[in-house]
Amino acid sequence: MSTKNKILIIGECRESSIHHVTFELVSEGAELSKKNNGEVVVLVPGYKIDTAQTEGLFKAGADKVILLDHEKLQQLNDVHYLRNIAAVINEEEPGIVLAGATPQGRSLMPKLAITMKAGLTADCTELDIEEGTGLLLQTRPAFGGNLMATIKTPKHLQMSTVRPKVFKVETGYSKEKNITKFTYIDGDSPLKIIEAVRSIEEMVNLADSDIIVSGGRGLGDKANFKVVFDLAAKLNAAVGASRAAVDAGWISYAHQVGQTGTTVMPKLYIALGISGAIQHQVGMKSADYIIAVNKDSNAPIFNVADYGIVGDLFEIAPKLTELLG
Amino acid sequence: MKRVVVFIKQVPDTAELKIDPVTNTMIREGVPSIINPFDMYAIEEALKIKDKWGDTETVVMTMGPPQADAALREAISMGIDKGILLSDKKFAASDTWATSYILSKAVEKLGDFDVLIAGKQATDGDTAQVGPGVATWLKIPSVTYVRKIDELEPGHAKVERMRSEGFDIIEVKGKFLMTVLKELNEPRIPSFRGKMAAKKAEIPVWGADDLNTDEANIGFTGSPTRVVKAFTPPPKKGGIKVEGDDLETVKGVFKFIKENHLA
Ligand SMILES: Cc1cc2nc3c(=O)[nH]c(=O)nc-3n(C[C@H](O)[C@H](O)[C@H](O)COP(=O)(O)OP(=O)(O)OC[C@H]3O[C@@H](n4cnc5c(N)ncnc54)[C@H](O)[C@@H]3O)c2cc1C
Ligand SMILES: Cc1cc2nc3c(=O)[nH]c(=O)nc-3n(C[C@H](O)[C@H](O)[C@H](O)COP(=O)(O)OP(=O)(O)OC[C@H]3O[C@@H](n4cnc5c(N)ncnc54)[C@H](O)[C@@H]3O)c2cc1C
Repeated sequence: MSTKNKILIIGECRESSIHHVTFELVSEGAELSKKNNGEVVVLVPGYKIDTAQTEGLFKAGADKVILLDHEKLQQLNDVHYLRNIAAVINEEEPGIVLAGATPQGRSLMPKLAITMKAGLTADCTELDIEEGTGLLLQTRPAFGGNLMATIKTPKHLQMSTVRPKVFKVETGYSKEKNITKFTYIDGDSPLKIIEAVRSIEEMVNLADSDIIVSGGRGLGDKANFKVVFDLAAKLNAAVGASRAAVDAGWISYAHQVGQTGTTVMPKLYIALGISGAIQHQVGMKSADYIIAVNKDSNAPIFNVADYGIVGDLFEIAPKLTELLG
Repeated sequence: MKRVVVFIKQVPDTAELKIDPVTNTMIREGVPSIINPFDMYAIEEALKIKDKWGDTETVVMTMGPPQADAALREAISMGIDKGILLSDKKFAASDTWATSYILSKAVEKLGDFDVLIAGKQATDGDTAQVGPGVATWLKIPSVTYVRKIDELEPGHAKVERMRSEGFDIIEVKGKFLMTVLKELNEPRIPSFRGKMAAKKAEIPVWGADDLNTDEANIGFTGSPTRVVKAFTPPPKKGGIKVEGDDLETVKGVFKFIKENHLA
């Protein structure tokens, strides 16, 4: 087997726990490896990694797991991460490297791509292997989702970041449990993470959620956001917001969906009191299902909604929360 | 004198983009060009740094066609000291790898600097790769998704980086590059004096020869990635629309959620 068929997944940990996107990438990698006769190697960098979870990586389709466990990888210090990931790539010599299109992946991969002289395709939503050439076909949205582009890297290492929640995790593989450890390489870093602030209020997780409930100016004030939070809690959903709601100071910027906020692609997006301005739409219209509640039947949000209700959100949202209870 | 360099990109105003309903392709003719929205926050931050440090030159750079000159002048009208246009036929079709190489060569030509600032992401290419790429070429660290600056002095900074589950407080030693978010500031409105300065400003144009770029690293040949196909996703059609806020109506949406196994 040529090393060029090898698919290396750059895994990701939140605290000690291996993040869901890593499993998704392993399963997609396994799918691709059937087409290019390759193998799937997953690197898990982190600290005090929950090794029991490696079981799940093999079931998801991994051929080999490389653990890179060190105190200095507890926080995302890019310099320490890059030094070690680059060394793993040099040792493994993969033809394809995939990472999640998470803040971590989108921070590390562009820097790796330069040092590795690799082509890097951002934020992919579809991957395939080209027949004949065996090259990776990477499809991604650009222009705020107005355009889809398929990209390939014919001559260099092929790298992509892949959106979370796009690929399904398989659990049916029975692979040999081949686990190795990579010894951390130390060095200096001009960066120092003084504190990693993780609070409930800051838990936004827009990119990782299957369901997002968003509120807009129609909420009227900050206290009224409770109806959004209540519905979100019932659905185990993340809370999003329009820019108008953020600018009004009702909710923090991390919740903003849209062109100058976050682009999301959940299974279900519920918009409450959001008019659906184009800058909001570009951030959410790729959701599988969109439900919109707005009292103005001409609101543009209805043009993209699969299910629209013209009515008062303060009547509708609490009733829906009840029904879901 | 201290120096802050900002990278800006001219992009089509996505709010004005329309899809041809017959061919299902993007109509770009007549779509106005604007400064990439995230870059406005980068410009503003550079101006704030200058306000604080004094004795600082603020420079904006863009790589693009000759008409990108307008973006540089707009930045100058906001108070930026100097604009540089990186334009050459040989730069055309550069991917993010090649673009960041070209920008890094321009920074080298410019000389010393203290901080580099880029937007989080351009609204057309949408990759968020150019900023960190430039830093890597220049062998300096970068911090992406900066939402707040706690301290910033030449050679030392403390900034907050947004994460999906919170934020990191990061200390940086030495020169560095940051990519910035909307949360950071409120871009100022151009002043009358700024507009005059923008009109009069001389914008140098640097090409491949000026930058001494390696042909193997620029343009189409220097780009590892190739766009092999571009297509417009099928337009989303509005679906069911009902009116009312009584329980029966809400039961309808509840059923929709259940039927589609959404919760
Ligand atoms: C460069 C640029 C970038 C931008 N980026 C973003 C971005 O990232 N994200 C973003 O969201 N916007 C963005 N915007 C702003 C965008 O253009 C809109 O101004 C914004 O999305 C409006 O927010 P909204 O829908 O909450 O408010 P509005 O447009 O005011 O809509 C409020 C809606 O609530 C409805 N409503 C009121 N009361 C009720 C009720 N009781 N029940 C039901 N419905 C009710 C109203 O009918 C109305 O449709 C950007 C703009 C620019 C120029
Ligand atoms: C449909 C489509 C898809 C593409 N996909 C990819 C891909 O996946 N991978 C890839 O490598 N290339 C890709 N490209 C090419 C890429 O768009 C260009 O290289 C572009 O010049 C820079 O990328 P960006 O627009 O994504 O910028 P981003 O990296 O998103 O921009 C971030 C910041 O970098 C700065 N910046 C970006 N461009 C410039 C510039 N020209 N001058 C000055 N500052 C700048 C700005 O501060 C900006 O806010 C694609 C192009 C198209 C048309």
